[in-house]
Amino acid sequence: MPLAGTPLSPQRRRFLQDSARAAGGCVVAGSLLAFLARDARALPAEALRPPGALPEKEFLSACIRCGLCVRDCPYDTLKLAELGVDAVATGTPYFTAREVPCEMCDDIPCVAACPTGALDPGLDNIDDAKMGVAVLVDQENCLNFLGLRCEVCYRVCPAIDEAITLETSHNPRSGHHAIFAPTVHADHCTGCGMCEISCVLPEAAIKVLPVRLARGSSADHYRKGWEEKDANGGPLVDGLIDLPDRLPGPGTDNLATPGGFAPSYNLPGAGQ
Amino acid sequence: MSARAHMPVGHEAIEVKGWIGAHKFLLLRRTSQLFFLVLFLMGPWLGVWIVQGTLAGSLTLGVLPLTDPFILLQSSVAGQWPELTALIGGLIVLAAYGLIGGRVFCSWVCPINPVTDAANWLHRRLNLPKGWQPKRSTRLWVMATVLVVSSLTGVIAWELINPITMLHRGLIFGMGFVWAMIAAIFIFDLVVSRHGWCGHICPVGAFYGLIGRKSLLRVSAANRAACDDCMDCYAVCPENQIISPALKGKPGTTPMILSPDCTNCGRCIDVCAVDVFKFTHRFDDHVAAPSDPVPAPEPRAARPI
Repeated sequence: MPLAGTPLSPQRRRFLQDSARAAGGCVVAGSLLAFLARDARALPAEALRPPGALPEKEFLSACIRCGLCVRDCPYDTLKLAELGVDAVATGTPYFTAREVPCEMCDDIPCVAACPTGALDPGLDNIDDAKMGVAVLVDQENCLNFLGLRCEVCYRVCPAIDEAITLETSHNPRSGHHAIFAPTVHADHCTGCGMCEISCVLPEAAIKVLPVRLARGSSADHYRKGWEEKDANGGPLVDGLIDLPDRLPGPGTDNLATPGGFAPSYNLPGAGQ
Repeated sequence: MSARAHMPVGHEAIEVKGWIGAHKFLLLRRTSQLFFLVLFLMGPWLGVWIVQGTLAGSLTLGVLPLTDPFILLQSSVAGQWPELTALIGGLIVLAAYGLIGGRVFCSWVCPINPVTDAANWLHRRLNLPKGWQPKRSTRLWVMATVLVVSSLTGVIAWELINPITMLHRGLIFGMGFVWAMIAAIFIFDLVVSRHGWCGHICPVGAFYGLIGRKSLLRVSAANRAACDDCMDCYAVCPENQIISPALKGKPGTTPMILSPDCTNCGRCIDVCAVDVFKFTHRFDDHVAAPSDPVPAPEPRAARPI
């Protein structure tokens, strides 16, 4: 129904219809494309980005998928994801630590080759790279945790004694041996994957995971009392009384110790 | 339309100019497409590193960076301002195509062009209907959509499906299932939509068309007075809506094909038996005097069907 005073021309009607149709088509196609873009962000845990790679979200806005980092990688560590074969955003560079780990070149040629800054040119020391964090994921199969002296992951680590240390503890199984537990220190681990490819087991017990999976985080307001105390050179609260620690023994509920009390739920009439 | 419109496309030009003469620019184009592909492939195949990278971004002889400006634009709207190397590479590409015609990329470099050309050749041989023909402006809408999605998702959106860089990267770094995508485009152009991908959908072509709006190198229908209406140029031109204003323009109008949709492929020059078209620069709007027309040959009987 035409409004008074505004004669509607067929051209205008046609223009509006065509525009509406094109806009509608764009919304449909754009939504599909946006779905693809969301999918593309889901990087599989075993796919590691090259050193200096921006966080995944920024990386996908910066990487033009040219492959120059792959070309300049002297160890053929990096590869470009192939469509439908690798579950990584197609054409983006990645490596799999268990196949070819990063050799951590001093001159970081992959970062130098990147034309867009998807690999951060601010990374000038490869030891500061954070491709992931090694995690000893399977203590039950790790030979060192079984009490043997394998230690290959520790020996091959480019940051030996910093990124991986051997922490000794008593071996309760034999009763008179030590366990040399390979222990990753995330601050020093670059995620190069040398430990993962070197693990002698058929499936590695130590794996490099993306930082988001490998690490928890401490709450902002947490303070470690002992560190604060050291920094302060003494207790932070004056006049604090240090009460004696409760030790197992008579008068406590520690049943392993002769004379301890039985817990209330074991007492007759406690509803058990 | 003359009786010659019923003859097979390009038949006359072959008779007059010989097969080579009637396929000069087609042969040059295929050579150019092969040349640029081989440049990229010599590294991985023969170990001769003249060009590293792909069409998305490359480094020639270790000094000359080239970057696809459309990818850089998507990257910028996605919130990532590229480093200087990529920007310089993008500017060089912009300047070059701005000068010789944006869509020269489409017909002389793009690896998808032989695929869609083959589909179109077969389409013509099988005499199939032209099928779904969305407006030519559709690719501009697609381009705008790609930019909007890039900015909303923060991902270089078109690179998720761009068959150009996928095929190119596939040949250089490993195919995966890219062949299926290429087959899909071939089938789309063959049976769904004639000239569908390059002519209506591809936002990369739309972008290159925009940057070549004012380019110097142009095709001119300078000798339009000699046109005998055989329609062969319309049959071979992938963007044949651009021919009429130049070829059929009234006296006094420019014979220059000024549409940014023109890919400067030169097939119209090849296929014209009376040499109406020629490559020239955009300021050369010289029209051959109608007083000296090439005499139109006698109409021939229609080809028996």
